[in-house]
Amino acid sequence: MTKKEKTGKKKKLSGLEKWQSERIDITQKRFRVGDYLAEKVIKGVAYLSIAIVFLIFVFVFRESLPIFNTSKPATETAVVGKQDSQETYGAVTDNTSTTQESYGSVADSSSKTNVQETYGEVTDQTASQEQNILAGDSASSKNSSSDTYTVSAGSGSDDNRTALKSMATKEWVPVSANPRYGLLALILGTIKITFISLLFAAPLSILAAIYVSVFANKRMKEIIKPTIELLAGFPSVVIGFFALMVLATFLQSVFHYETRLNSFVGGIAMGIAAIPIIFTITEDALTAVPKSFYEASLALGASKWQTAFFVILPAATPGIFAAILLGIGRVFGETMIALMATGNAAQMDLNPFASVRTLAATIGAEMAEVVFGDTHYNVLFLIGSLLFIFTFVINAVAEFYVKGKLMKRIQGK
Amino acid sequence: MINSFRKNFKGVAIEGITLFSALLIITIIIVMITVIFIGGKSQLSWEFLTSFPTEGMTKGGIFPAIYGTALLVIIMSIAAVPFGTITAIYLTEYAKESSFIAKTIRFAVRTLAVIPSIIYGLFGLGFFIKFVGTHVDSALYGGTLHWGQPNLLWASLTMALLTLPVVIVSVEEALKTVPQELRAASLALGATKWQTIRKVVLPESVSGIMTGTILAVSRGAGEVAPILFTGAAYYLATLPGLGDQFMVLGYHIYVLTTQSANVDQSLPIQFGTTCVLLMLTFVLNMSAVILRYRIRKKKNN
Amino acid sequence: MSENKIHTENMFLYYSEKMALNNISITIPEKKVTAFIGPSGCGKSTFLRSLNRMNDLIDGVRIDGKVMIDGVNIYDKNIDVVNLRKKVGMVFQKSNPFAKSIYENVAYGPKINGVNDKSHLDEIVETALKNAAIWEEVKDRLGDSALGLSGGQQQRLCIARTLAVNPEIVLMDEPASALDPLSTAKIEELIVQLKEKYTIVIVTHNMQQAARISDNTAFFYLGELIEHDKTKKIFTNPEKKQTEDYITGRFG
Ligand SMILES: Nc1ncnc2c1ncn2[C@@H]1O[C@H](COP(=O)(O)OP(=O)(O)OP(=O)(O)O)[C@@H](O)[C@H]1O
Ligand SMILES: [Mg+2]
Repeated sequence: MTKKEKTGKKKKLSGLEKWQSERIDITQKRFRVGDYLAEKVIKGVAYLSIAIVFLIFVFVFRESLPIFNTSKPATETAVVGKQDSQETYGAVTDNTSTTQESYGSVADSSSKTNVQETYGEVTDQTASQEQNILAGDSASSKNSSSDTYTVSAGSGSDDNRTALKSMATKEWVPVSANPRYGLLALILGTIKITFISLLFAAPLSILAAIYVSVFANKRMKEIIKPTIELLAGFPSVVIGFFALMVLATFLQSVFHYETRLNSFVGGIAMGIAAIPIIFTITEDALTAVPKSFYEASLALGASKWQTAFFVILPAATPGIFAAILLGIGRVFGETMIALMATGNAAQMDLNPFASVRTLAATIGAEMAEVVFGDTHYNVLFLIGSLLFIFTFVINAVAEFYVKGKLMKRIQGK
Repeated sequence: MINSFRKNFKGVAIEGITLFSALLIITIIIVMITVIFIGGKSQLSWEFLTSFPTEGMTKGGIFPAIYGTALLVIIMSIAAVPFGTITAIYLTEYAKESSFIAKTIRFAVRTLAVIPSIIYGLFGLGFFIKFVGTHVDSALYGGTLHWGQPNLLWASLTMALLTLPVVIVSVEEALKTVPQELRAASLALGATKWQTIRKVVLPESVSGIMTGTILAVSRGAGEVAPILFTGAAYYLATLPGLGDQFMVLGYHIYVLTTQSANVDQSLPIQFGTTCVLLMLTFVLNMSAVILRYRIRKKKNN
Repeated sequence: MSENKIHTENMFLYYSEKMALNNISITIPEKKVTAFIGPSGCGKSTFLRSLNRMNDLIDGVRIDGKVMIDGVNIYDKNIDVVNLRKKVGMVFQKSNPFAKSIYENVAYGPKINGVNDKSHLDEIVETALKNAAIWEEVKDRLGDSALGLSGGQQQRLCIARTLAVNPEIVLMDEPASALDPLSTAKIEELIVQLKEKYTIVIVTHNMQQAARISDNTAFFYLGELIEHDKTKKIFTNPEKKQTEDYITGRFG
């Protein structure tokens, strides 16, 4: 071995002879820049996924922070407290009709029947005024609407205190001289919708999954499974559109209720969106039950359905539980369907045929219209943080608790 | 005798109920597709796809929305696909399956997959627009508003985060189908790990990366909630650039059905737009399914 | 010619807790064919893989003792594993060509080693294919996919691919076990030719094959090296009873 070769540096080969006569030195670890960098970069990028989850929480929560600042005025609110900083983003191009923002919002039960279909921002001028009056919210009439902004935008610590305090109430009236941010009606609405949609989607999906994994022959399976999985690819705005245009009318003609858009319609529509999730996970869980369970049961003289219900289903319960949990997560955070098919009125009402407003829909409808840095803005972000925490916990439970249990059950203790 | 009949009857009934459930779901799907297709069929024309909306969006076409959707998914893919592919490479090639960090990353990816899309919208607003955008503005433009407001770039990046898990999961699946023997062969020839990944593993999983991209595009084209306040616009008379707000199919459906003053007049357009969006996601999903099927078949051979 | 190309001393290998190689001490001479025989699961492949550190890819593998190649312990901290694998090439039981053209398969090794010049590459590819006795069969379709070749051709292509990197030692793990008799004969012939230039270690289940092509034979049993000697000696007059039982088929 010559000195030159020992340096371990890449040399230009002058020909085949040299290539063949080259003796390879293995005693010196070579530093390969490309490999080193590639590994570092790949590792860094991969770690970013973890960072993103953190960042999402941090930045969503950060924007809600000023609301907790009850001692001194937040700097951010001071900046945007000026009149001319009223940027309206997204939707409304027609700036002459400054009425917009009468946020669904009516908690007064007397006005319930009049609030038929409001989608966050009502563009129809007369309708919105009518609503405002009905709500007894004189401050948000046409002329004073810009003042309203100033009042709420210039909010200091006092406003934050009242805002925080008002959260535990039922009234969601974010845009008025006296804004109230009662979350109870929104939370109730979200829970109600979630409940209805699960009542609809869970049995249907689980039964369908049982059919596919236990009873169906290969051909049926190959038709049903991909079709249901196709549903997972439907954009929620399409399902929302279907609910709004077709389902709402259809269901109303069957059940004869008053308000066309309500938690029932919204719940069914969201159920449709949740079906593929619950179906797929349940089906996976059922298929994961070892064949031996099935065969042993059949050998003992049990019929197919008995095996399905008394052997396979119990073994897969944790998986089905996970499926339902993730279904809940899907419905809880669903925005577009909620915006389009629920009627968007925040009211405390257990009647499934009453309009509701969900947490996610509230963010979707109002964020584009709100003044950056305003208390209202902060409250919407706070709602976002709540949704984030909720889905995070649901996912964590589905992941760790359920998976652990499933493993134990299938593999024996 | 009677007893066994009863038992039998119960079995048939139960199988019937499960079959009924499956068929009901399929019926709902078929009804949805049919209704939307029939409603939108009359609208579907070259004209509709290539012209601007007219008369307060009650007439004309949806070209700007198609254009915006295309730009959105392209920029989104440029961000999400490399990012997702690299993460998948880390998970399959570098991390040990059982290591704490790999488990944490997998958990993070699944978390990203279940976070409601509206939260991504909030993040886009709070991070890209208010944090990054505002800082860029104060650094480059002396504080005047350029990037600190909703636009195509921020919306696309927000969407990229949302679709990241889709890409990661697909690519990971594809990487796992590359036979271990090929990696061994390459390493045994004195290739380094990175050379092996670049020259052997990645070329073998191109179709998986494509599947991931298609699925991500399909998802990104249909999602509306994340762009509600990070860049989507009601109506624009001109085609957007990176720093502008933009029209997009899903949002167009939303505003036409719920925000516009003349919902009834624009009904055909609504159906037409929904039909276009549904067909777009349909075709994309179908091709992803076919690609994936081919990958799985290859794996089984 | 070194009598001491590969040399292990008191070598133990564990898969996690399980011991797979038990106190192996062996010396393998240069430019000879050495065959490893033994019943399934006795650790032949494991030992072979430990000679170019392919075992590093498996989680939980631990090695004690010395594995020396050209007098260097290849498990030393400073060893460059990538270069080690260039020096100690490997042919696998199942042929595993890349989904590339025949040419690209063979050029893969030189290319990653920095040979970019087309004419050099051509030269190297041709020499390697000739050395692997497959040149005549593929010279007209170097651009075709390697996956279109027959099993036997694929395996010889894999040998060519290994030779193109210009190794000193070639490890072969049952290279002909999945092939028909004709292809097997070709490979055997090839191996005998190759020992002019390379040190060859081959694992085989085929006793006749070992007898035909190898100079030395090592018999493994339950992770231990039972006997290692000239092939002639092992097959005619083995020292150990176990060896005799195994090669006469009176085993178990
Ligand atoms: N990756 C691994 N992890 C754990 N144990 C392994 C692994 N590979 C091999 N073993 C075990 O080590 C022992 C030796 O295996 P090895 O593959 O070396 O045997 P072999 O002699 O090559 O057998 P065969 O003739 O069947 O190829 C076996 O008991 C096997 O189960
Ligand atoms: Mg073996």
